[in-house]
Amino acid sequence: MRPNPWRSIASLSKLPGAAAPFGRRSFLGLGAALTGGLALGTRTGRAESLPASPPADPPWSQSLGPGVVDRPYGRPADAEAGVIRRNVPWLTAGTESSVSFSPLQDLHGIITPNGLFFERHHAGRPDVDPDQHRLMIHGLVDRPLVLTMKDIVRFPSVSRIHFIECPANGGMEWRAAQVNSLQFNHGMISCAEWTGVRLSTLFDEVGIRKEARWALVEGADGAHMNRSLPLDKCLDDCLVVYAQNGEALRPEQGYPLRLVVPGWEGNVNIKWLRRIKLGDRPWFSREETSKYTDLMPDGTSRGFTWLIDAKSVITFPCPEKPLDRPGLYEIRGLAWTGNGKVKRVDVSTDGGISWQTARLHEPVLSKALTRFTIHWQWDGRPAMLQSRVIDESGYVQPTIADLRKLRGTNSVYHNNSIQTWQVKPDGSVFDVQLG
Amino acid sequence: MSSSAERSLLLSIAMLAAASGFAGAAEPGHFGYGQKPAPGQIAGWNIDARGDDGAGLPPGKGTVERGTEVFADQCAACHGTFGEGEGRFPKLVGGAGTLKNDRPELTVGSYWPFAPTLWDYINRAMPMPAPHSLSADDVYALTAYILNLNDLVPDEFVADRDSLPKVKMPNRDNFIWTDPRPDTTAKPCMNACADPAAVRITSTAEGNGLTPRTTGPLDTMQPK
Repeated sequence: MRPNPWRSIASLSKLPGAAAPFGRRSFLGLGAALTGGLALGTRTGRAESLPASPPADPPWSQSLGPGVVDRPYGRPADAEAGVIRRNVPWLTAGTESSVSFSPLQDLHGIITPNGLFFERHHAGRPDVDPDQHRLMIHGLVDRPLVLTMKDIVRFPSVSRIHFIECPANGGMEWRAAQVNSLQFNHGMISCAEWTGVRLSTLFDEVGIRKEARWALVEGADGAHMNRSLPLDKCLDDCLVVYAQNGEALRPEQGYPLRLVVPGWEGNVNIKWLRRIKLGDRPWFSREETSKYTDLMPDGTSRGFTWLIDAKSVITFPCPEKPLDRPGLYEIRGLAWTGNGKVKRVDVSTDGGISWQTARLHEPVLSKALTRFTIHWQWDGRPAMLQSRVIDESGYVQPTIADLRKLRGTNSVYHNNSIQTWQVKPDGSVFDVQLG
Repeated sequence: MSSSAERSLLLSIAMLAAASGFAGAAEPGHFGYGQKPAPGQIAGWNIDARGDDGAGLPPGKGTVERGTEVFADQCAACHGTFGEGEGRFPKLVGGAGTLKNDRPELTVGSYWPFAPTLWDYINRAMPMPAPHSLSADDVYALTAYILNLNDLVPDEFVADRDSLPKVKMPNRDNFIWTDPRPDTTAKPCMNACADPAAVRITSTAEGNGLTPRTTGPLDTMQPK
């Protein structure tokens, strides 16, 4: 029998101060001991702590693994346990009316896994019984309706890939660079394939009266979260969806039914949707007067600022994923716009003095996350990384200095400015703002 | 036209009709799914009160005095006895004249444009642990109390469906309800876009202690 180095490691590990024995459970323990650096596999190299195979044949290659349905509903590998939604505890009074952020630094591609989709609740997450859930459509309609989930699923269905972004994404950075993290500065965006029925199909079924101009959309959560939407947008591309990335909506995203309002700020995409009322004017609810309005330096406020303007961010490198050593890298990032498709993304490594156009990766979809990459030979000197998106309307992503000149520092929402990542000679990355 | 051509034409029309019948732009009731709600069903969920004119406000009324009692029982634990806010829960009072300040205070008194919105929000979402549990009268009373704390109505004010829309909120006319964006006009310059000497870091998040952990278990860091 060949000697197995893993066994000798395991016996070594019994010595005081030695590494924990290698195995699925102890691997987790080791990750925790290294405060997660191992799990994220960046600066604390796995190779330094454990022998690499080849030539060894590791234990998982010399044993029988668990069978099918060991995990009837699958889950990520144990080593990925640190890839989770996270919150900023000091930001809100409690977690019930609060937000969590997607770990963009660990995601690949344009689809956000359902368990990592960012959360924004106004009265916590209700756990709704789908058999009791109803959608009522009434007001200025010919034929008011109450629909069960079974009724809704019978309507002609469509699937669309769209992002949803909270307009407060980046809101902590209006005044200055505050939070040294991709996740906390940009993680209130996620993107999924949504399946459901067009809102226009439901409106055809109830018959909209000619004086109707607005729709009140309302959730079944404790906040009875409600917003007013102009009828034109409802008829254009809004969806009433019951599925997300191929399975039923997650409770955090509105199970069993939510509204998707493509390209518009997250809070109008009402979760746990239970009522739509047609009317002739907007309702001026609390969530569109005291909240989700943008205070300008002259004391006026902008209301009904629904559109998500074009925005992009470099997701590698970033504070959570620094550089290792000088050499060739692929800078990676995401771009999106509520105005349709991303047309172009430029990247600068010198703080915006010079730019190069990055490669966009298919699919480039309307009102969806779009991936971009560009090669970069890092010489080990300080750098300032930026990305700048241009959308199909011709709109160019602004700098934070541009936005502050116009909007001051108290408008909370719709900070779509260019992110600057400072790269230091040791490869570490910091969130900074430039003058 | 031969009978076979007639048949195929009829078949085509039938298929077209079937296809369009499933493609939308149909008559109301085309699918026939669901039920017509009974008046009681609509009444139970039809809770909205419109902000600017109070349309939808129900019968009932409430005094400032009654609001003082309800507020102490239902609201003060989070919002403070006089609406000053406990911990990080919202202040309901004060901030008048601060909207142009460096640190503006956005409260019912200083910011909210419409009084009926206050009734609507308390009714639908408050108190936070037991939303939509108060009587219409108690919601009117709370609305009266909070407006009174902000010196917007006198002590003897009685809130009801007629009086609330008439309360003039100080910030009412300072909202622009048409989005002025795009308000920036950046151009996609590619080379020599800035003077290298002028590119300097004005702020950094490095070492300021505001970033929660980004690895390992969730952080519980609290405000400093």
